[in-house]
Amino acid sequence: MAQLSYIQAITQALKEEMESNPKVFVLGEDVGKRGGVFRATLGLYEQFGQERVIDTPLAESAIVGVAIGAAAYGYRPVAEIQFADFIMTAVNQILNEAAKFRYRSNNDWTCPVVIRAPYGGGIHGALYHSQSIESLFCSTPGLVVVAPSTPFDAKGLLKAAIRSEDPVLFLEHKKCYRLIKGEVPSEEYVLPLGQAEVKREGKDVTVITYGLMLHYTLQAAEKLEQEGISTHVLDLRTLYPLDQEAILEAARKTGKVLLVTEDNKEGSLISEVAAIIAEHALFDLDAPIKRLAGPDIPAMPFAPPLEEFFMITPEQIETAIRDLARF
Amino acid sequence: MVKEVIMPQLGESVTEGTLDRWLVKEGDYVNQYDPLCEVVTDKVNAEVPSTCSGIVSKIVVEEGQTVEVGRLICYIEVQSDSVDDDKVEEKTTTRNGDLSSTGEAGQSTQTNRYAPSGPHPGYSPVVRRLAKEHGIDLETVTGTGKDGRITRNDLLRIIEEKEGSTVASSTNPKVDRLPGQESDLHIPLTPVRRAIANKMVQSKSEIPHAWTMIEVDVTQLVQLRSKIKEEFKQKHGLRLTYLPFFIKAAAAALQKFPQVNSQWAGDKIIQKKEINISISVATEEALFVPVIKQADRKNILELARAIHDLANRTREGKLTPQDVEGGTFTVNNIGSFGTILSQPIINYPQAAILSVEAIKERVVVIDGMIAVRHMVNLCLSLDHRILDGLVSGRFLKYIKDQLEQMGENFDLGEVGLN
Repeated sequence: MAQLSYIQAITQALKEEMESNPKVFVLGEDVGKRGGVFRATLGLYEQFGQERVIDTPLAESAIVGVAIGAAAYGYRPVAEIQFADFIMTAVNQILNEAAKFRYRSNNDWTCPVVIRAPYGGGIHGALYHSQSIESLFCSTPGLVVVAPSTPFDAKGLLKAAIRSEDPVLFLEHKKCYRLIKGEVPSEEYVLPLGQAEVKREGKDVTVITYGLMLHYTLQAAEKLEQEGISTHVLDLRTLYPLDQEAILEAARKTGKVLLVTEDNKEGSLISEVAAIIAEHALFDLDAPIKRLAGPDIPAMPFAPPLEEFFMITPEQIETAIRDLARF
Repeated sequence: MVKEVIMPQLGESVTEGTLDRWLVKEGDYVNQYDPLCEVVTDKVNAEVPSTCSGIVSKIVVEEGQTVEVGRLICYIEVQSDSVDDDKVEEKTTTRNGDLSSTGEAGQSTQTNRYAPSGPHPGYSPVVRRLAKEHGIDLETVTGTGKDGRITRNDLLRIIEEKEGSTVASSTNPKVDRLPGQESDLHIPLTPVRRAIANKMVQSKSEIPHAWTMIEVDVTQLVQLRSKIKEEFKQKHGLRLTYLPFFIKAAAAALQKFPQVNSQWAGDKIIQKKEINISISVATEEALFVPVIKQADRKNILELARAIHDLANRTREGKLTPQDVEGGTFTVNNIGSFGTILSQPIINYPQAAILSVEAIKERVVVIDGMIAVRHMVNLCLSLDHRILDGLVSGRFLKYIKDQLEQMGENFDLGEVGLN
């Protein structure tokens, strides 16, 4: 098994799928010769040529629109949105077209499009390069939203997304790109969409989270273990539709639930997770469901102290787990 | 500013109290030291005084609720005119200082400051469900959560213990699912009844009880008492009973045999320096054991006064925590009901208990002659970990000798009549 960074795992998934299926191609801003601003498509242009690695104009609605059209012609496009913050001009294509393709055509047509978008903060990217946009997309049936946290999950889930007949919004946490490394098997593997995974077994407090916050949570859990506090950690992996069964099982495991996201608190994805637990697991709860999330401020500020204030830290997670454990 | 009032430590080894009655209501103005509420603890009723002057802004604990020591019971809104208020707040832990020797004051203040506002969380849904499913009485569970909240893990631990062992080693009363009929009367436990039950189970299950009895000829004592009782009553306004004499004899015997005046402490035996005699006083509802402090230093008159005072206050429900603390040996005057034999349960954690049975005229043989004498049986239950037959036999014999010598030569100074 090889140690890969999160972004290397993404590149590997793209490469393998393009090798095994000639219908797979990538398109986006600077994905060709430059290999993408984050280097996610590094080497693909050289290997597959300009017809399968297409540089596009700076027009996200066109990127997604072209991808949808190509999908209708039997291709499997992987569209890259350079920063998730830029996706807004493509929202109509994603929610009104891609997500509803199958439903609108009464199952005659599918829309096997993958839209990759780097999201999340903590990288000094300020307003237009730091946002968490997942909650905007997590209420449209027909669209699958995936947000892996580890290299292993990133590769297995991206391959699954490319093979899926339905559109997938694939959110990659840009701070994870080079920060997170992990074992990735050299053998072929694909992970199922729609399934959360327990990343750590514990019995005192359950934390449900995703993306970068998963790693912060695992750090906090490791520290708290020395204090005798045992933390159960569930990684959502697929944000829409949610793996309700896994969420309820994790919540019932300890009866004390902490939900963590770096997104703004009100109306965030974890609020939906809280609702699922409250609706189905009331009599297993031993404490109020606690949400730890970014402040309700329009966007991530640029000034480092303010960015630090905005981002959830491992210390905050640690304190929140400890408080729940003591409750 | 708002100050918090917490459940005070009302006596040694008391961990919780039941809020019997609020003497104030929300919105009332109270002065510092005014009584806020009445609390029933392990055999004591006490008033909780206010820690400050102000308006009772919120009552957190309802009447009838049992809460552990240190838990928030109400908030008092104080008109803040002093800059030192914040510092004072650290110390507003209601008599903790003078009543508690456990040093928990600091801790409880800290946990209370943790939750500066809002009502105390009750039982969580899962705690309620588990308690119901497994028949656990939540009032008997000690919580380990914030402010003593009962957590899911607390219940899981109890359930595991319950299902893990079938031996009744726990002092936690189990809820028995006895088959009952609609027409049966189901009497909910009062805090006092529960406290008695817990103490009895603890004593009987922890202490290996041994039992012995001795016959005492108290003919002379009976004659003495009938001779002086009228005068005693006139002079002191009290009825002279036999009990002070028995306590006097027991206290003297404890002085002579300090082994009996001790407690089992796991890895050692603690011999108590003071001789403090617990006496049983029954009311219609419950049994109380107030304590006569330093009984060995009191004469018969002083003992009679102490008994009279404690018995009266017990019946009026006015015992203070101090009244029931520190007993080292118990004398149980069961004979007033006419019984001639009993096997008392030791008053935990003491080492022995003496029950005085009824004085009866009986035919006895003295030096080969038949005589009619006033006889009494003294029964002793003892902790066989601490005491053996030798010491307890000598102890009883000493009491017997003391009592049999209380006759014509008795020093009337003892009863304040010379």
